[in-house]
Amino acid sequence: MSVLGDVQQAATFWVGDNYFGIDVLAVREVVRVHEMTHVPLAAPEISGVINLRGEIVTALDLRRRFGFEPATDIVPANVVVRARDSVVSLLVDAVDDVIPLDSERFEPTPSTLRGETRNMVLGVYRLDDRLLQMIDVDAVIAVGALSPTS
Amino acid sequence: MREVLQEFLIESYENLDRIDREFVLLESNPDDREVLASVFRTIHTIKGTAGFLAFERLERLTHVGENLLARLRDGEIRLDSHRTDVLLAMVDSVRAMLADVERDGTDGTNDFAEVVQALEACTADDFATDAAVSLVATAETEVAEEPPASTEDHSSVADTSIRVDVGLLDQLVNLVGELVLARNQLIRTADSGNDPALAATAQQLDHITTSLQERVMRTRMQPIGSVWSRFPRVVRDLAAQCGKSVKLELVGRETELDKSVLEAIKDPLTHLVRNSIDHGIEPSADRVAAGKPAEGTLRLRAYHESGLVNIEIADDGHGLDPDKILNRAIERGLVTSERAATLSEREIVELLFQPGFSTAETVSNISGRGVGMDVVRTNIERIGGSVEMESTLGQGTTVHVKIPLTLAIIPALIVQALGERYAIPQVSLVELVRVDPDAGQRIEWLQDAAVFRLRDRLLPLVHLGRELGGPAELDDAQVLNVVVVRADDCEFGLVVDAVEDTAEIVVKPLGPWLKDLDVFAGATIMGDGVAALILDVLGISRRVGVYAVGNAATRVGDTTEIASNATTQALLIVDIGGGRYAVPMDCVARLEEFAVSDLEHSLGRDVVQYRGGIMPILDVADIVGASSPPRGDAIAVIVVERGEARVGLVVSNVIDVVEDSLATASKSAAFGVRGNAVIGGAVTDVLDVDAIVSTVLVEVG
Repeated sequence: MSVLGDVQQAATFWVGDNYFGIDVLAVREVVRVHEMTHVPLAAPEISGVINLRGEIVTALDLRRRFGFEPATDIVPANVVVRARDSVVSLLVDAVDDVIPLDSERFEPTPSTLRGETRNMVLGVYRLDDRLLQMIDVDAVIAVGALSPTS
Repeated sequence: MREVLQEFLIESYENLDRIDREFVLLESNPDDREVLASVFRTIHTIKGTAGFLAFERLERLTHVGENLLARLRDGEIRLDSHRTDVLLAMVDSVRAMLADVERDGTDGTNDFAEVVQALEACTADDFATDAAVSLVATAETEVAEEPPASTEDHSSVADTSIRVDVGLLDQLVNLVGELVLARNQLIRTADSGNDPALAATAQQLDHITTSLQERVMRTRMQPIGSVWSRFPRVVRDLAAQCGKSVKLELVGRETELDKSVLEAIKDPLTHLVRNSIDHGIEPSADRVAAGKPAEGTLRLRAYHESGLVNIEIADDGHGLDPDKILNRAIERGLVTSERAATLSEREIVELLFQPGFSTAETVSNISGRGVGMDVVRTNIERIGGSVEMESTLGQGTTVHVKIPLTLAIIPALIVQALGERYAIPQVSLVELVRVDPDAGQRIEWLQDAAVFRLRDRLLPLVHLGRELGGPAELDDAQVLNVVVVRADDCEFGLVVDAVEDTAEIVVKPLGPWLKDLDVFAGATIMGDGVAALILDVLGISRRVGVYAVGNAATRVGDTTEIASNATTQALLIVDIGGGRYAVPMDCVARLEEFAVSDLEHSLGRDVVQYRGGIMPILDVADIVGASSPPRGDAIAVIVVERGEARVGLVVSNVIDVVEDSLATASKSAAFGVRGNAVIGGAVTDVLDVDAIVSTVLVEVG
């Protein structure tokens, strides 16, 4: 998978029981913002907008994006990434470490992964104690006005 | 290297814009050596840099152009219209190559051979006797002109100004916005503590922040001339295409506007200019026949007025022909012929702004391309501006455009709906209305559409919470807060949960994910650091469909139709000096009778002690201009309450209370009278209690 050829390190996080990673270079920062402004009429995956030091940043709920059950007891963390000339915040359950990637341990996405999610996972790393799913930021953020069907 | 390229592009584009203007000057004065020399230097500079950056095609083209310009400058040949055309073609080709450079870093694949050929052909022309000499001459001048004199021309500007990236200015505006928020928070902290030193520092910071904000905003201001600079060329080309002769006058080109506003008005203004030449100004022959100068005049004027920028686009063409407009509108099905007969001139002009209207007899490639005045109006209203047209048949048309100075920081009203705050830009606001059922006011329903009787018309109501996806019910037993807004020349009331305050807000764009939501114009950050969305009133009106019935032409009719089905209300009929007047019962708190001996005099008016307070007594006859009723021992008074304040209105006699509708009332210009209506079978003037009461309450307050 050439897309991942250059990726040396992954920023990792949790959504439900799933362990995900994205290229650490795409991550601008990780913050916890409590005040979310709801945007009516927006796509359901869009939680709202936040004030990130004066910048209005759209927040995408990854639970909804991946079709997981909504969590009621979790204050999500914002993984702020730069994509498509804009900045977007991915709401995740919890952030984890930045880890080095070993291309020897890479596997393509298994064909049994469910519909929507499958296009958003680039591939899997077999770590010693668990599996890391690398996600395709461009596919994940294709929501709302950026959705290919809109 | 990228920076060198960037610098080259910026400078070249600027210079080419100047050349466009210079060619227009040259048209009236083709022998102006100084202007010719300036054009020469510009092309020479581009050639030099192109050579340095190895853009061979660009270098070759500008080299040939330079040869022609050198001979023109030296007076060896004259600039005629053919040479002007060829040189302008060269300028366009250079632009095209620069666009290629900007796109992929090469000067493209087109070497514009025909332009090069044309340039060469007219370089050799008329004084062709000594071609050899001229070749030497061009070679010599090239050397002689080597140090571009432009450095001298611009030294004064160069000493005091520098070029700054707009991105940097945008960041500065953002940071100042942040600073404003931090200041607000600090002031709140300082106010709640009792540290005088902190309070003083906070106040000082307040002053500094305000002036910093003002100056940073000013750095983004640019003269409107920077948009106008392309019009001389546009006008020249268009006039030539249409076979018309047009003189362009630019007044107030130094008028400054925020860069974002300038960007937004560029296309609408160009469209209006094209319209004037294509549809407005007549061909020379027609003009002469009509006793006008053969050359038409197109005049652009810009000036500041009450915080807005006014732009006028005026032509002295044949003006708008109402009959033609009506015929076209009927043909297009925009209006029925019965309705057409009743339209006022203003309403007829409004038809031009209808989607799908075009008066051009033939669809030309200049302006009749299906996009019309409706698009111009939409684009200008999007940035909080307005467009109006006035015209005198045979004498010309003037388009008035009004736009805000800046889009970055605007005054807005903060309201609440669905537990969130929303900002409504002040430019869309008309007034605030509180509908209080306890005071007898209520909204009414036409099927499932809510309306409110506001003075003499029905105001359609839009429930903001519902439009934003909230629950549909509108609890009309509660006090309702209605924000009356205007979009597309149509007013409607937005029902909100609460009205907070007005605030200067910093407008920030929403990300690309939310671009398709046209009910929001952007977002801002409130004093407490939380983001709030800015409502786009135009977008809301379109979403709801207020727009569909909203144009002035149809609205008048629709309102009467709706109104005639409307329910009736209780009216108090009184006699004032022999005239029959009606007062809506919901304005009347009480009817009283006072002995004339109880009246006292204070502050130049009659007052009476009433319910533990002092109530001013107004003689309605004086206000509405009826003859004063003779006062006997006692006077009849209508008591009107406004919050804590009471006002007594003297009438001659109370006649009756009737149930009737005010909807058919015709409007009156007289102060204190809303209009008249047939009530209880007799023509009755309806008193404007609000206006009458305001005369005394304003004084008291």
